[in-house]
Amino acid sequence: MSDKKLAKTGSTNAEYEYEGGLAVIAPDAVKDPGLEPHRTRMTDKSVKHEKAAARQVAAMFFASVLGSAFAIYAYFAFPLTEDLGTVRNNTLLLGLGITLGLFGIGIGAVHWAKTLMPDAEVSEERHQTRGSDEVRARAVEIIKLADSESGFSRRKLIRRSLYSALALFPLPAIMIFGDLGPNPGNTLRHTMWKKGTRLATDPTGTPIKASDVTIGSVFHVIPEGLADLEHHKLEEKAKAAVLLVRLDPADLKESDERKSWSYDGIVAYSKICTHVGCPVALYEQQTHHLLCPCHQSTFDVTDACKVIFGPASRPLPQLPIAVDAEGYLIAQSDFNEPVGPSFWER
Amino acid sequence: MSFMKNRRSPLAAVIVMAAGLALTGGGYAAATAAVEAVKPVSAVATAEQISEGRKLFLANCASCHGKNAEGSKAAPSLIGVGAASVEFQVATGRMPGQASGPQLEKKPVQFTEEQINQMAAYVATLGDGPAIPTEEMVAANGDSTRGGELFRINCAMCHNAVGAGGALTEGKYAPALKGVSSLHIYEAMVTGPQNMPVFNDANLTPKDKKDIITYLKFVEENPSAGGYELANLGPVVEGLFTWVFILGFIIAITIWLGAKSN
Repeated sequence: MSDKKLAKTGSTNAEYEYEGGLAVIAPDAVKDPGLEPHRTRMTDKSVKHEKAAARQVAAMFFASVLGSAFAIYAYFAFPLTEDLGTVRNNTLLLGLGITLGLFGIGIGAVHWAKTLMPDAEVSEERHQTRGSDEVRARAVEIIKLADSESGFSRRKLIRRSLYSALALFPLPAIMIFGDLGPNPGNTLRHTMWKKGTRLATDPTGTPIKASDVTIGSVFHVIPEGLADLEHHKLEEKAKAAVLLVRLDPADLKESDERKSWSYDGIVAYSKICTHVGCPVALYEQQTHHLLCPCHQSTFDVTDACKVIFGPASRPLPQLPIAVDAEGYLIAQSDFNEPVGPSFWER
Repeated sequence: MSFMKNRRSPLAAVIVMAAGLALTGGGYAAATAAVEAVKPVSAVATAEQISEGRKLFLANCASCHGKNAEGSKAAPSLIGVGAASVEFQVATGRMPGQASGPQLEKKPVQFTEEQINQMAAYVATLGDGPAIPTEEMVAANGDSTRGGELFRINCAMCHNAVGAGGALTEGKYAPALKGVSSLHIYEAMVTGPQNMPVFNDANLTPKDKKDIITYLKFVEENPSAGGYELANLGPVVEGLFTWVFILGFIIAITIWLGAKSN
């Protein structure tokens, strides 16, 4: 009785005798509950129920027949035509018919098995993982025979050339990983904007005059000449998209350094959210809030597009603008910082 | 006694509620439909119209907008907002405003078409502003494909790609555009009501505006080819539907599969 001993040594009182009344001895944690007592089904008890169940199964199979027939009917009765709207009924009804056709077979089969087929509980013992000694000996025999017949151990040339083939085989796949690059290089830091590029409306590419931008207006802007690019038009647009807004100059809080970046209350900010790069374009004319629809980052247009709500961590980059001799809005330079979401080397 | 039995049926409450909802909802829909039918004609304002409009202005608007429409702390100045702004605000019921809140909402119209035109004529004399567009300018007979592209670039971020509306900051929202008259869509673009930016004719030319209206009317009249829209509210609604109904159905089937037959 080891627990009796423990109790004695644990006690400072030499006269203490363990009497086995206080210790809680956990019973064996998991016991095999065995099989539940068999419960006879209604279908086994009464013929009436059995017949009803048989009818139900037949009805499910018949529903499947109807579904398949309906699918064929729907295919011809609701044909696809030039009118795009016909896709809806054609797909919906054809799909419902096929669904019923398959579903009826499935639930019919399950219901059949559950109600009418024998329901005696059966238990099967798992066999041992280890094979018998004879089976194991036979396996070794087969391997040895295969080795001697193929000459795998004997023919060094073949064996070594096979090893080299297997070693080289995965290399092309590794090489293809090179196509995940090349490294973006400088492309994340620069956009199409440069000194003198005119601001143009998206999508027409019409240059914008400062006088056209009335207070409360918002223009969706692309660099002039974007449509003439031969390659990477969408990539360039994705980086260079700009939102142009005119505020009452009295509402603008501009740092000294940025005073020359706006023109008479007209400010231009990158439209690409600094959080994960959604287009931020929900501009509220009265509050001057700019809201990103993806994660509700909110930027204050009056205050250098600082983040006032949401997960974005840096303000939207501002595009310094000016007006050329003809009165069109132009960029003074590219953005002074990379647009869009943060990245590792930023 | 069978009458008493019927009274006690739990269905009775449901039926009464459904009838009540149908009645109020139907009545409201009828009322708003009547409002949609209003089509003001922008004609040259007569002196009488202007003086009547001034009287209406002093009686209904001046308490907030000021006796000379100069504005106050409670409301902006109306000098230079133009007739289109007055027509939009009053004929959609947004003005006169009833209660302050995140934004003024569409509600039953308080004035007749004639009165609205009188007020619009009066406000138009205060300063230059956008006039009420003509019927031809707002007719939905432009290029809906081009309108769709313009709508997606300029409007869809707030109003949703098919004009189902969407949320803005701090309780404000961009209203759904389904069922809004072409005239009011045009006026909203040109005047920029409340927090909506202004889209002047240099930004979106009258032809652009016509194309946008054509697109909106097209998506309003043509059902989605892709199946049920679930109010076009996007992935949240679609996800909710899938989680509740489709997953619920799959769970129910799974339970049935595992259950012993009775």
